[in-house]
Amino acid sequence: MNRTYELMFIVRPDMADEDLDKLVANLESTVTSAGGTVKSVDRMGKRRLAYIVHKFREGIYILMTVEGAGTVVHELERRLRVTEQVIKFITVRVDEEQKRLDKIKKLRDARKKVSAQPAPTAEEAPAPTPTEAPPVDAPAASV
Amino acid sequence: MTEETKAPAAPAERPSRPFGERSGGDRPRFGAGGGGGRSGPGGPPRGEGGRKFFRRKKVCKFCTEKIADINYKDYRLLGQFVAESGKIVPRRLTGVCSPHQHRLASAIKQARNIALLPFAGRAS
Repeated sequence: MNRTYELMFIVRPDMADEDLDKLVANLESTVTSAGGTVKSVDRMGKRRLAYIVHKFREGIYILMTVEGAGTVVHELERRLRVTEQVIKFITVRVDEEQKRLDKIKKLRDARKKVSAQPAPTAEEAPAPTPTEAPPVDAPAASV
Repeated sequence: MTEETKAPAAPAERPSRPFGERSGGDRPRFGAGGGGGRSGPGGPPRGEGGRKFFRRKKVCKFCTEKIADINYKDYRLLGQFVAESGKIVPRRLTGVCSPHQHRLASAIKQARNIALLPFAGRAS
């Protein structure tokens, strides 16, 4: 059962880049060992938190997209909870929402195509009249 | 039973109508029709007088702008639907449609959880 999850977590702002790299690499290896795949890792950078977490006013946001079963997420969350540097995390399942969005997009595209097809025919009909119109206007302008 | 309930109702109405019309004899029966008519013409003016100001119909932002994806990461968008106190603004004030408000509320709650939006008060 493959599902797509989005894992967003915040690490303390005073964490060094090398440590962060190590942490992310560590998490990636846990995902692969649990039978999942990491689709993307996005470092969103330092951001001011909306409220104080663990006495920190800001934090480094990292977003990971992971594919796999629920056990992967379970293991990941356990790891994050244990890791001291991680001050907050959230896991959101996104595949169903993505499916819904794709469906909407497909519908909209189909509707666009339908609306685009009659448009040329509609343009063709009035097209002759503008071409006829200028000659009428041109003499008027010349006279 | 039904006749019994009707019987007291009719006498109760009758005295009230002669009061307004000040007429006897056959009038009460007429009054029954007139009473209905009175409330009819009386209704519309009351309705017009009650709401003089024309209020613009609010429309759902997500429907009009065709925003399909209400995501917790998009805190700028969500912030428009959060009051200064941090509360989710009710639908009757923003005009968001029911399905979108539902998604919006859950997205705001997720954003709060990851410190993108405050639980209370303005974002520090």
